Amino acid sequence: MTALRRIGMALFAPVLAVVVALVISSLVMAALQVNPFRVFEVMLDFGETPAQQVTAIVVIVNRAIPLFLAGLAVAVAFRMGLFNIGVEGQYRLATIVAAAVGAAVALPGPLHILLIVVVAVVVAALWAGIVAVLKVTRGVSEVISSIMLNFIALGLASYLLTGPFRGSEEGASIISTAEIPESGQLGGLNAIFGAIGLANPPRQLYGFLPIAIVVGVFIAILLNRTRFGYDLKVSGLSPSAASASGVDARAMVIKTMLLSGAVAGLIGLPDLLGTTHSYTTDFTAGLGFLGIAVALLGRNRPVGIAFAALLFGFLDRSLVPLQIADFPASVVTIIQGTIVLAVVVANEIARRVARRNAERGTATRTPAPVEILQGADA
Amino acid sequence: MSTVVTSPGTRPSRGPITDLLTGGGPVRRALWLAQAALVLFSVVRAISGEEALTSSSTMAAALLLAVPIGLAALGGLFSERAGVVNIGLEGMMILGTWGAGYAGYQWGWAAALVGGVLFGALGGLLHALATVTFGVDHVVSGVAINILAAGVARFLSELLYTDNEAGGGVTQSPALSSNPPDISLPVLSSGPDWLGDLEGQHIFLISDVAGVLRGVTSGVGVLTILAVLLVPASYLLLWRTAFGLRLRSCGENPAAADSLGVAVYRMKYIAVIISGALAGMGGVFLVFIAGIYRENQTGGRGFIGLAALIFGNWRPGGLAAGAGLFGFADALQLRSRTAVVALLLLVAVLLAGVAIWQATRRKLLQAILAAGFAGLSLTLYLLIDELPPGIVSFTPHLTTLLVLSLASQRLRMPQADGLVYRRGEH
Repeated sequence: MTALRRIGMALFAPVLAVVVALVISSLVMAALQVNPFRVFEVMLDFGETPAQQVTAIVVIVNRAIPLFLAGLAVAVAFRMGLFNIGVEGQYRLATIVAAAVGAAVALPGPLHILLIVVVAVVVAALWAGIVAVLKVTRGVSEVISSIMLNFIALGLASYLLTGPFRGSEEGASIISTAEIPESGQLGGLNAIFGAIGLANPPRQLYGFLPIAIVVGVFIAILLNRTRFGYDLKVSGLSPSAASASGVDARAMVIKTMLLSGAVAGLIGLPDLLGTTHSYTTDFTAGLGFLGIAVALLGRNRPVGIAFAALLFGFLDRSLVPLQIADFPASVVTIIQGTIVLAVVVANEIARRVARRNAERGTATRTPAPVEILQGADA
Repeated sequence: MSTVVTSPGTRPSRGPITDLLTGGGPVRRALWLAQAALVLFSVVRAISGEEALTSSSTMAAALLLAVPIGLAALGGLFSERAGVVNIGLEGMMILGTWGAGYAGYQWGWAAALVGGVLFGALGGLLHALATVTFGVDHVVSGVAINILAAGVARFLSELLYTDNEAGGGVTQSPALSSNPPDISLPVLSSGPDWLGDLEGQHIFLISDVAGVLRGVTSGVGVLTILAVLLVPASYLLLWRTAFGLRLRSCGENPAAADSLGVAVYRMKYIAVIISGALAGMGGVFLVFIAGIYRENQTGGRGFIGLAALIFGNWRPGGLAAGAGLFGFADALQLRSRTAVVALLLLVAVLLAGVAIWQATRRKLLQAILAAGFAGLSLTLYLLIDELPPGIVSFTPHLTTLLVLSLASQRLRMPQADGLVYRRGEH
C-alpha cells in the first residue's frame, strides 16, 4: 500500500464523519427554520482586520490545547480498552488543588510553575488510580466507578472552593481561590506573532502550548516506540494474548489509569496558568466529556487528536459570534454530538472496508455469492 | 466428626439458626435483610436522635427519588438483558424531561407522560441504530448520545421557549398546565391518619415502622404506582414469557438464539427502544416533581440507575432494592444534612458487626481492618456536627461506589452483554 493510500484510508473515516455530521446538523437546523448556511457563514467569519483574524486563531488554539490534553488522557486508556469517563472529575479536582497550592507558596518562577504542574498531575493520577484499584481488586467496572467518582470529585471541588480553599471575599458574586502570585503565572507566546510578521492580537496565546506539544510527542513515543506502549496495545486488542506473552494484566490496568490520570491533571492548567490564575466557580467545565469526543475523532492517535482538538476549538469559538448574530448557540453542541456519533459509525465502516480489502488481497478466489449478500446487508 | 449425609440438591444443615436465617430461598433472606435493616435504622435513630432517618417525610422523598432511578434501571435491564450496554440512559432521560416539558405545558400531565416516553424511545432508537445496525461500541455510542441529548434539549429550548408567551426560557419550559393526581391510603395515612399519630410518638421500632409505611402510602403519585408495578411486570415479561426468553437469549448467546430462529437484531431494537422509553418515563417523573422542565434536572440519575442495575445483579427485584437504597441516600442528603452524619454511625455499627463476624471466622486481618474503619466512622460521627453541602451532595454516589466495591464480585452480567453481534461472524 502506498503512503498516499494509507493516509487516504486514515483520513477517510474522520472526514466522512465530519461531512455527515454537518449534513445532519444542517437538516436539523433547516427543519427548525434556522438557515444552516447563515450559521456556517457566521462560524467561518473571523473578522475583517488582521488583528481580529489573529485573535480568532489565538482563541481557537487556546481552546484546542486543553481539548488536546483531554483527548490524549482518554486515548491512553482507550488504547488498552479502558474507558476513562472520569477525566472530568480528575482535572477539576486536580486544578483546584493545584491552584490552592500554587497560591499558598512563593518560589522562583520555573520552580513555582513546576510545583503547580506536579501537584495537578499527582492529584489527578491518584484519583484515576482509585478507579484502577477498584477494578483490579474488586472487579468494579471502570465506567461506573469513574462516573461516580466524577460526582464525588465535583462535590469535593465545590466543598474545597467554598470552604478551606476560599480566597475571595465573603459575598462576592464569583467564589474563587486565592490568586497565584506572579512567579507562578505562565506568560503568553505573542512574541511569535511579531517575529513572523502578523498583527499582535489583544489576547495572549497560552504559554502552555509547547508543554502540551512535548506531552503529545512523549505520549506518541511511549505508545508507539516502547515496550510499555506495545504491552498496552496488546492488552487492549487481546487480553488473552497479552497475558500469554507475560503481560501482567492487573499491573497494566493500574499503570495505564495512572498515566491517563496524570495527563488529565494537565487539562485545567493552560487556563489556570495562562489567564484565570485562580480556580473559580465558573472555571472551564465539560472538557473531560469533550475529550472523549476528541479522542474518538482523532482515532486515539496524538496527531489525529491534535487536529480533532483544533476542529472542536474552532466550533467552540463560534459560540459567541453565533449568540451575537442571534442564532441558537447550542447548534455547536449538536454538531459536536453528531460528529461523535458519525465518527464512530464511520470508523466501524472503515474497519469493515479495510478488512474486506485485506480479505480480497489474500484470497485468490472471487468472493462467493454469500459473502456479497452479507456485504450488502451489513 | 460425623459425616453428614446429604441427598444431592439439598444443602447440609448448618444449625437451626443459620437455617432459619439463610434457608427458604432468596425471598426469606431478603425479608430477614429488610427486617435487620429496619431494626438497625431504629437503633441508630434512637441513639442519634435524628428523626429524619426514618420519618415519613424522608421515606416519601426516598420513594420519590427512587422512582426515576428505578425506571432508568429498568430501562437498563431491558437493554442489557438483550446484550446492549446502555450508558446513554442519562441522555434518554434528558430527552424524556424535555419531551415531558414540551407536551406538558401545552396539553397537561397525560400528554407529558406520552411526550417524555416518546422522546426517550427516540433516544433508544438512535442507540439501537448505532449499536445494532452499525456495530458501534456500546459505551462509545452511549457517551455520544449523552452529549447529543444535552445539546438537543438546549437547542430546542432555545428555539421554542425563548420568545414563548407561556413563559420558559433557554434552560426551562413553561410550567405544566395540569398536575398528575396523587392517592393516599384511606384511614391509615389520610383522614384519621393513624400511622401519622404512631410516628409522632417516637416509640422505638414501632414509630419507625409507622414512619416508613406512612411515607410510602400517603400522597403517592400515579406515576409512582405505575413505576412500582412495572418492576413485577418486567419480571413476568422477561422471565415468564416466550418473548422474554427470546430477549434474554440475545443477551446470553446471540449466535445460538439466531440459529434457533430468534430475530436477534429486531429483538435488540425492541429492547433498546423499550429501554429508552423507560428512561424517558424516569425523566417525566422528574418533571412531575418540579411541575416544569429544567435543564440538568436529571443530575446523573441515569448513571445511578445503571449502578442500581448492576447492584441488583441485572434482576428486577435487585435493581428495585438498589434504586431504593440510592433514593434513600439522596432523600437523606436533601432533607437533612445532620442526618447524613448519622449514617456514619450506621456504617460504624455495620462494620463492627462485620468485624465480629470475621473474628468468629478467624480472619484476623479482615476483622482488624473492619474494626479500625468502624472506629474511624464512630470518631467522625462524634466529631462532626454537620457536613458542608458540597460533601453531602455526593452521598448517593459515594454509597453507590461503596456498595459496588463490596458487592460486585458476586454479580453476573448477561454473558454477551456489551459485545457487538454481527450475523454470520461468530
